[in-house]
Amino acid sequence: MSGAVLSIDGIGKSFFGVTVLSDVRLEVGAGRVLGLVGQNGAGKSTLMNIIGGNLTPDTGIMTLVGAPYAPANARDAEHRGIAFIHQELNLFSNLSIAENIFIADMPRGRGGLIDRAALRRRTAELLREVDLDLPPDTPVERLSPGERQLVEVTKALQLDARIVIFDEPTTSLTPRETSRLFALIGRLKAAGKAVVYISHILGDVEALADDVAVLRDGKLVASGEREDFPAARMINLMLGRDIEQLYPPRISSVRDDVLLEARGLSLRGVVKDISFRLRRGEILGVFGLMGAGRTELARILFGLEPFNSGQLLIGGEAISDITTRGAIRAGMSFITENRREEGLMMNVPIADNIALASLGPLGGGLGVIDDRAVVSAAAEFAAALHIKSGPIDTQPVRSLSGGNQQKVVIAKWLMAKPGIFLLDEPTRGIDVAAKFEIYSIIHDLAAAGSGVILISSEIEEAMAMSDRVLVMRQGEIAGEFSGDTFSKEAILRAAFGEEEKVA
Amino acid sequence: MTRARLGELLLRNMTVLIFIVVFVYFGVQAPRFFGIDSIANIVKQASFIGVIAVGMTFVLLTAGVDLSVGSNMYLSAMASGYLLQNPAFQNSWGVVAAIAAGLLAGIVFGAINAFFIVVLRITPFLVTLATLVAGRGLGTAITESFGIEYPAAYLAFGASNLFGVPMPIIVFALVVVTAHLVLSRTQFGRQIYAVGNDPEAARKAGIAVDRIMFAVYVICGFCAAVGGVTLIALIGRLNQTFGVGREFDVITAAVLGGTSLFGGVGTAWGAVVGSTLVQMVQSGMIFIGVNLYLQPMVLAVIIFLAILIDALRTARLEKLRRRLLRLD
Repeated sequence: MSGAVLSIDGIGKSFFGVTVLSDVRLEVGAGRVLGLVGQNGAGKSTLMNIIGGNLTPDTGIMTLVGAPYAPANARDAEHRGIAFIHQELNLFSNLSIAENIFIADMPRGRGGLIDRAALRRRTAELLREVDLDLPPDTPVERLSPGERQLVEVTKALQLDARIVIFDEPTTSLTPRETSRLFALIGRLKAAGKAVVYISHILGDVEALADDVAVLRDGKLVASGEREDFPAARMINLMLGRDIEQLYPPRISSVRDDVLLEARGLSLRGVVKDISFRLRRGEILGVFGLMGAGRTELARILFGLEPFNSGQLLIGGEAISDITTRGAIRAGMSFITENRREEGLMMNVPIADNIALASLGPLGGGLGVIDDRAVVSAAAEFAAALHIKSGPIDTQPVRSLSGGNQQKVVIAKWLMAKPGIFLLDEPTRGIDVAAKFEIYSIIHDLAAAGSGVILISSEIEEAMAMSDRVLVMRQGEIAGEFSGDTFSKEAILRAAFGEEEKVA
Repeated sequence: MTRARLGELLLRNMTVLIFIVVFVYFGVQAPRFFGIDSIANIVKQASFIGVIAVGMTFVLLTAGVDLSVGSNMYLSAMASGYLLQNPAFQNSWGVVAAIAAGLLAGIVFGAINAFFIVVLRITPFLVTLATLVAGRGLGTAITESFGIEYPAAYLAFGASNLFGVPMPIIVFALVVVTAHLVLSRTQFGRQIYAVGNDPEAARKAGIAVDRIMFAVYVICGFCAAVGGVTLIALIGRLNQTFGVGREFDVITAAVLGGTSLFGGVGTAWGAVVGSTLVQMVQSGMIFIGVNLYLQPMVLAVIIFLAILIDALRTARLEKLRRRLLRLD
């Protein structure tokens, strides 16, 4: 190791009386990649937010290249050479790529005005570095999630940072974009930067990291060179126990009656000729690459987008004009891919978020909502789903870890007792143990007679969880596979289409 | 595809379209309306609201609001007026000093709003509603409801012109051009858009969000004072109703000009189009003799239209911009 760039000693932090970090010691070396792993709520994001200046630690000290380091805010941390690529994207959709990258430090010319030519030129250079072929003036609202992620990375490069922190960077990337990102991390490393890479995808950590640090319940349980941390050991350390498998065992519970049927659903420019049936007790996987139309299909089913032609039947009844209210009344629920923007009210307490879709039944006389009933009903679901939090009636959702936030979304819909679940990437950005819990919940839902549509971009997940898998490509159903004919290769071939070779 | 593009173009420029329709309608009803005098008069009358609408645009861009601009106009005009009561200030240097005092009062007023909003974290709506009432109350207490007369030197400033262009229009042009440059060509300006789009992300990007929020209320206060001290120079007498209800005209003008109440969207040019449209409707109604009591109703319809268009525009543009996954 060519000397520590950053060392932290005895860092601790608690929120609402819950200790999330205690006595963490860690070193980050120049020209090395540190893989930071741990379950949801283990304190990874909190630790990184402390380093990134977004949070102040309660205890402990940090040293950056020999000097004491205690950033007052994100700006301060940036000035000291820390670049942070957050799990949730932090881009401004109303500004251009170039403006987003340089928002905190624009090149200025005469009279303090922005030097637009320089802004464009420097952005174009940076975009070439990350291999993103887009004009610098493109508004960010026109970019795909993957492209946005690469813009985030570009933003960090511009800072010419000493330390670059990646928090779950590949969750919204296609395989090709992921390999681009890895090549880029390789270049950062070669340029002598220290990289901290946080991920739940242990394969990525194995491929990238030189050193590994494992957090559990806010404590550093082990750290050292990557060679000493095969995936199995990382999992054991993260969980504090051995796990035999990633997916809970399941007995299929498919029954005969059809809950939801699509006949030739089409929306011009988005999806075409979608037909399928969802039976009671069935888990129907929908697999496809980024932009294959999976989320769009779910939005159409849930009445968030119209369809041009085709038919939708819920419980055998044809519905010509589906609205979201109608969908909810017919027993549908939609757990979106995008928790922060679409699934949760971040500043509102946990209990109110959980009760949101079931406020009707919680009303007393005259429909006035009984706050105590809300909290006690919500508490039941919070406990059943093992949501790790302080008091649920006051603690805002914002302060929860990603996995716990996802559980709040699930609890919200469970409380409404729907018969049909549309789950869009329900385990995205969630650690192994929380995934296992969510898989078990999905099994229980199906066993109790619900129909589940499980949208996933992880092929193993789609195969292990589903009774049947629909493969989407370019807005169409490119293949259907049922339990006994699952083949990873065949599914991938359908997802990529004949013309592209499967790597 | 071309039809969709046409739809997007129409929605983007809806205000300009309404503008033309209203203009032609009044012109056909009363041909004198097309005269250069009438047009110059509309722009002149619009300039006071327009200047403040520019300031309001800064605030609206951060998804805030400033309801207190009418009271601010009153207090800043009063500050100028009191100074001008002193005979030593009844000359051209005195006028400059009086204007400076008025603008300073506006800045202080804006800073008080900003203090409650940024430092004490109280909702902008509540803070500025309170200062709207408190400002008017303070003004009436100081003047004891008596009017203030402005000296001839100050009225001469109000009636002055440069190459035949009336002073209020020049002030308006200066404010608009400066605001446009600040909003579109400075880092500070672009950061205002960023804060309006996502304040949390802005904080994480290292933008000094509090400083920006503070600044926009001060800028709005300054613009309200500019509107106040220039308008009073035309009127010559400050009554206790000066500026009452102007916040509605100002917000209407900004929203008609395409500034969203949800933050992150809007331009300084929009304030020009919006304020001229509002004034044109008001003047036009007088021209064609609409019943005095019906005039507020017509304005209400326009306000409603402006907000409806804002909502439609947002929803429609989102749909048009939906990423196409396949070619059909």
